[in-house]
Amino acid sequence: MADLSKNDEAVAAALDVPVQRGEPILQVRNLQKHFPLTQGILFKKQVGAVKAVDGVSFDLYQGETLGIVGESGCGKSTVAKLLMNLERATAGEVFYKGQDITKLSGRALKAVRRNIQMVFQDPYTSLNPRMTVGDIIGETFDIHPEVAPKGDRRRKVQELLDVVGLNPEYINRYPHQFSGGQRQRIGIARGLALNPEIIICDEPVSALDVSVQAQVINLMEKLQDEFNLSYIFIAHDLSIVRHISDRVGVMYLGKLAEIGTDEEIYEHPTHPYTQALLSAVPVPDPTARANRDRIILTGDVPSPANPPSGCRFRTRCWKAQDKCSTEQPVLAIPERFRGQDTLAAHESACHFAEERDVVHAG
Amino acid sequence: MSTIDKTATVPAPRENSDHNGPLLEVKDLHVEFHTRDGVAKAVNGVNYSVDAGETLAVLGESGSGKSVTAQAIMGILDMPPGKIPQGEILFRGEDMLKMSDEERRKIRGRKIAMIFQDALSSLNPVLSVGYQLGEMFRVHHGMSKKDAKVKAIELMDKVKIPAAKARVSDYPHQFSGGMRQRIMIAMALALEPDLIIADEPTTALDVTVQAQVMDLLAELQREYNMGLILITHDLGVVADVADKIAVMYAGRIVEQAPVHELYARPAHPYTRGLLDSIPRLDQKGQELYAIKGLPPNLLKVPSGCAFNPRCPKATDLCRTEIPALVPVTEQDGADLPGRKSACHFWKETIHG
Amino acid sequence: MPDVTKTATAAPDAVATPSVDPSAPVEKPEKARSLWGDAWADLRRNPYFIVSTVLIALLLLISAWPTLFTSASPTAGDLVNHFLGKPELSKVGSPEWLGYDQQGRSVYARLIHGTSASVTVGIAVTAIVTVVGGIMGMISGYFGGMIDAVLSRITDVFFGIPFLLGAMVVLQAFVERTVWVVVFALAFLGWTQITRVMRGAVITIKQADYVHAAKALGAGTTRILFRHILPNAMAPVIVVATIALGGYISAEATLSYLGLGLAAPTVSWGVDISAGVAQIRVAPHVLLWPSIMLSITVLAFIMLGEAVRNALDPKLR
Repeated sequence: MADLSKNDEAVAAALDVPVQRGEPILQVRNLQKHFPLTQGILFKKQVGAVKAVDGVSFDLYQGETLGIVGESGCGKSTVAKLLMNLERATAGEVFYKGQDITKLSGRALKAVRRNIQMVFQDPYTSLNPRMTVGDIIGETFDIHPEVAPKGDRRRKVQELLDVVGLNPEYINRYPHQFSGGQRQRIGIARGLALNPEIIICDEPVSALDVSVQAQVINLMEKLQDEFNLSYIFIAHDLSIVRHISDRVGVMYLGKLAEIGTDEEIYEHPTHPYTQALLSAVPVPDPTARANRDRIILTGDVPSPANPPSGCRFRTRCWKAQDKCSTEQPVLAIPERFRGQDTLAAHESACHFAEERDVVHAG
Repeated sequence: MSTIDKTATVPAPRENSDHNGPLLEVKDLHVEFHTRDGVAKAVNGVNYSVDAGETLAVLGESGSGKSVTAQAIMGILDMPPGKIPQGEILFRGEDMLKMSDEERRKIRGRKIAMIFQDALSSLNPVLSVGYQLGEMFRVHHGMSKKDAKVKAIELMDKVKIPAAKARVSDYPHQFSGGMRQRIMIAMALALEPDLIIADEPTTALDVTVQAQVMDLLAELQREYNMGLILITHDLGVVADVADKIAVMYAGRIVEQAPVHELYARPAHPYTRGLLDSIPRLDQKGQELYAIKGLPPNLLKVPSGCAFNPRCPKATDLCRTEIPALVPVTEQDGADLPGRKSACHFWKETIHG
Repeated sequence: MPDVTKTATAAPDAVATPSVDPSAPVEKPEKARSLWGDAWADLRRNPYFIVSTVLIALLLLISAWPTLFTSASPTAGDLVNHFLGKPELSKVGSPEWLGYDQQGRSVYARLIHGTSASVTVGIAVTAIVTVVGGIMGMISGYFGGMIDAVLSRITDVFFGIPFLLGAMVVLQAFVERTVWVVVFALAFLGWTQITRVMRGAVITIKQADYVHAAKALGAGTTRILFRHILPNAMAPVIVVATIALGGYISAEATLSYLGLGLAAPTVSWGVDISAGVAQIRVAPHVLLWPSIMLSITVLAFIMLGEAVRNALDPKLR
């Protein structure tokens, strides 16, 4: 897939992008992040690498939410850091409006940051405990003074607090005076301050109580409509991802296993890992559970420092054959579904992709 | 108490000398924490019971008092700042709060064991897994080192750790999260307790591993005919394994019901709100229902029903009078066994 | 979060932490409360803090204006008073209150005038060490990589030198050993402790999400270091520095006692203790009073450090 980046037409053709979506706002091509494993104290030598992200490609369109799901260690949070340029990519490109942002630094990077912002997972560690809420949100304007004139900043911060549903009078309080849900609202306000086009959300509700999760999810959806935001929504909770996403990508060991619209992934999954993942989700309905298809995987996720050859899922897959250990499956529409008018015809990185509805199976 | 040698055969039903009531019964338990900012009332009169072979799920969000109750039962509450001003914890009819430290120690581990959320910090990092498992047998049964190791391997097999023999000398950090949780379960099982308290046992695990661990726990519980108290915030996990559910809010049980009934017809607005606020996997929903407002401040629990500031149905009655946990009946007055609700308007909630 | 100083007290497992954090501050109708403000509110009620600050304030006053407390000269002796040593309680503050030493000098006057040497050494060494060690630790922890490797090895080398032995060797190089020479010797070897604490705190804090958030907004290195990392790394450093201050005072006394620190005619508790030891059978009071003063001073700073630690570490509340 590496050569796709060179040719936009090829990209469009290969990905079978529906015309109505228009231009992608963010294009990720073969993104990689390898963390070197070193030995030695003063003179370090590399003895291997943890392939946290190993060749991930996807597009994000204006105004949509792309969900990325996967288990811990699959590299989904590293993808978020790479998109934010908080980590330098080992290889690959991220095009924001045609410009590769992985190579940017200094002033140019700062300009891009105005348009791509992030909401963090843990509302308890993502706010500086020694700064007031006003300073935390207002800091964005200190860093980007062109966004708001100095005299105007306090009012802008109060406006933002109001937008995320917090009392603007709380501006002088400190983070520890708020509950988890309120803190996450502060984090969202900070992400919104620069009026970005894209917000990358790394597990934004997983640290919150169930009753508060819904509030924050609803807020994020409201803000998306209001400000025409595009979200990349990274989470391990498949139900929440389905609720908020237009399209969903499933990651396993640093690679995308399957990507498609929420209906394609949840109702017509073709990758065995997606099927196993969906079938494992505990459903809060004891009657529905009885008629669900349960696939219980054996074993654990292998180490990303030493991933299996060929298909990475083969060590836990019930369909694995010799081909799976020798040949790496490509993320593309499986041959058997190609050209067909079925929802199973979406990109899936499996040699033996077949449809199996595990969520409704009777 | 049964000895370990029985493990090979199907364990006999626990002979229980003279007590016919439930295995564990918590009666009107109160726990408070004295802090700089005041007294935090974490548990305000909790009643529940578990029988042998039964799974009680205690469901609640942070601050509901679900874990504090469990810690009080285990006798591992930090006191101070914790304090139990009132209540009884009856194990086989005997009040554990009135026992001496020595008597309680005998029950802890042998009769009641606990599994924690974070297996890594609950295991000693410098001792091998086999040594830690064997310790139970050496200390409580005076076994030799060699025999204890054999027992440890047996236990590891029991919780389905692959290649138990080869891995018995490994250290906790060499195991994955799911395997560590299995080791914790093995440790809890070692002395064949009558009751296991599992505090968010799968919260730290991935979904695919969660399913494995929950299945194992349920299987072992059936096999040993143990009582199980499962503490969780996850409505999904509960639905799969529990027999009955107690929903806690602000240190009180607000609803109690057999598992199917709770999901089908909640009798408390809080339970209903929780069920409505989780998105569904099998269908794309519209806007989520959200319980408004904030979780309660334990330093200032609202007067009347603690849920009243967040409740869509609250009236003046709710703001002044604490609703008692009363039995719930069908519209025609027919009994609904095991169902209780602490809402002034439970009739409207369940039948409305 | 940045509780690098506290390892032993950390909860050993999940058992000890109830999921209901009883100290979790929730909605308050009152005004903003910063963490420093919270700590201060805590300190004000801590009797150890009150006692230690009163003592330290008194010590500072004594060292700044010793003549407020005694009019007697610490160096003028009258051999008539040789080893007169009964404390005369009715004469509090008078030269003869605590008796006289071998050369007939007022022990009380020497105590008062000796305070400034100890306090100066303690405060000056701590100040230098905190600034130097703090900067080294911050650079080392924040930038990491090669810089950290080199700085950490240098720190290790200095850390490996036994503190007192090293200070003795350094002092040997000076002919005239003033207070500032002693300060130099102690600071030269003492900075490593702060460097290590600071480095550890910075490494923890730089991984915090709020630092990532600031980077994601485009904040520069200076802003991240001084707005986000330093304020959060200060707490453990302050605690360690306060407790170490007491240690430097006793190190000065030890060196002076060994004859390698301050020497007569400089007036210092260490010098007096050294002189007093020889006459312990004849005139124990000459040894006793400076020893008591030294102990109280060291204790005051350690108590202050502990009180500050408890106040800054919300987990202990």
